[in-house]
Amino acid sequence: MAHLLLRHRDIPDIGKMDVYKKNGGFEAFKKAVTRMKPQEVTEAVKASGLRGRGGAGFPTGVKWGFIPKDIWPHYVVANADESEPGTFKDREIMESNPFQFLEGVAIAAYATGANAAYIYLRGEFWPVAAILDEKIADMEKAGFLGDKLFGTDFSLRIYTHLGAGAYICGEETALLESIEGKRGLPRIRPPFPAIYGLYGKPTVVNNVETLTNVPLIIEKGSDWYKSLGTADSAGVKIFSLSGRVNQPGNYELPFGTTFRELIYNYGGGIIDGRPIKAIMAAGASSTMIVADDNALDTPMDYASVRTLGADLGSASVIVIDDTISLEWVISKTLHFFKHESCGKCTPCREGTYWLLHLIERIEHGEATKENVELLHTVAKQIQNKCLCPLGEFSTMAVTTAIERFPADFKPSRAGGKHG
Amino acid sequence: MLAEKYPEEVKKIFAKYPPEQKRSAVMPLLYLAQRDEGFVTKAALEDIAQMLDITSTDVAEIVGFYTLYHDEKAGKYRMQVCTDLPCALRGADKFLEELCGNLGVKVGETTPDGMVTVEAVMCLAGCDKAPMFQIQSPDGIAYHENMTVDKTMELVAALRKSGKEV
Repeated sequence: MAHLLLRHRDIPDIGKMDVYKKNGGFEAFKKAVTRMKPQEVTEAVKASGLRGRGGAGFPTGVKWGFIPKDIWPHYVVANADESEPGTFKDREIMESNPFQFLEGVAIAAYATGANAAYIYLRGEFWPVAAILDEKIADMEKAGFLGDKLFGTDFSLRIYTHLGAGAYICGEETALLESIEGKRGLPRIRPPFPAIYGLYGKPTVVNNVETLTNVPLIIEKGSDWYKSLGTADSAGVKIFSLSGRVNQPGNYELPFGTTFRELIYNYGGGIIDGRPIKAIMAAGASSTMIVADDNALDTPMDYASVRTLGADLGSASVIVIDDTISLEWVISKTLHFFKHESCGKCTPCREGTYWLLHLIERIEHGEATKENVELLHTVAKQIQNKCLCPLGEFSTMAVTTAIERFPADFKPSRAGGKHG
Repeated sequence: MLAEKYPEEVKKIFAKYPPEQKRSAVMPLLYLAQRDEGFVTKAALEDIAQMLDITSTDVAEIVGFYTLYHDEKAGKYRMQVCTDLPCALRGADKFLEELCGNLGVKVGETTPDGMVTVEAVMCLAGCDKAPMFQIQSPDGIAYHENMTVDKTMELVAALRKSGKEV
């Protein structure tokens, strides 16, 4: 099947305005603005079954429907922070198929009555922001952005905003704080961004990949979109495959493709033909899946992955083989979360600090059996107590690695002195 | 003063945000302030604070919170190597160690000629092209992916050559 999101792989130069237009570009936006009411656009997205691709999987049309009609102005914000270890799909979309993403932003703005949209890119995406700025200028020149679009009363401008290196800004309220010129600290919710978002106004925050699906839904219809994927997970998904595979990369596949197909057919199998050991399906924020036959034959959709005690999240599949100790893996993830904790809430700030201390003790061979138990207990104590998902994320690999791979944490291996 | 030095760019930055929300300009202005020295000077903090009607502490906390802003001078080029889990599964730690050995520095240190500071950083969304790093220079950020130590040393030689001409 031809790519629907990574269309540049089939159509070279689709990042150029004339090529994009020749391939049906901006027809969906024009159709929405000139022939559909905003409410109808939202309903079409609702009916398509599109769910947020940033990790939470919340139904996109439902999110748009939360925007109230009695508080103005409204904003659309595209979350292009893409900082989850193992995730690198939004970058490819924006670099190579930027207009389809921008068209999605424009349609979302029309549907929600926003006249301004911001794209929040992680600071490291400096060159990507430069590309988008150029494409936004192209759209203004071509009459797809600006005042009174297509002869209607609808006006829209899109702006890029660069972050500066903070994983927490992928959390939508921290992201909004960051655009407002503050430290990226998550807000207490409710109120949710749909009511109190950017500058305290109703705001829709959607992931880049989510928005890139929208022009297709408007152009080809909700039923067509729903026919792709599985019952609870409509459409296609870009799976970012990384770790100990021969061919890491982005693979656009229908929801419901199995882990085995992704890892062995598309990813070319494990490096040196080693046995696979564990899978992290949602980047560093994953539980640890035991990569047995049952797991490998599990379809990758939201509901099925849950049967493995895991979440699909942003579908950032990190593959771990039998040469890797999970004690080392969680030391890596804990370094990450300790560094990225914003410090606002105590369980996350203090918890990640102590988790890191404990795993370092284990790594340095200074651990007792009690230290492994303590690591598990501290992680459990963080769960369900944090302001935002980051604290929760920091614990998922820890608890499940200890529970599902106990051999990797034996004090005899972790710390010979105490074995 | 940024407004005098880069009037066009400052105007463009302010045009992105509603006039009553000019505090939003603090992050792009800080990037502009880093352009000359590679870090944010005390004078620049004051300058930006005045432009936005906030305190210099408000600006300093942004510099402190976000990793791409710096309050100290380092090498002209900050080589920021990703050593997070997906890159480390593909040899990033070994790459960094060998690179440091070749450059004669430890992680966090700057080469004696003041050209390159080597840093270990968190995920850069280049997991399928490890080992990889970004180079943060005063006027931007560029990715270098699927790297080897040899290729990196060639790049450093080229940077040294071009950097001296600046």
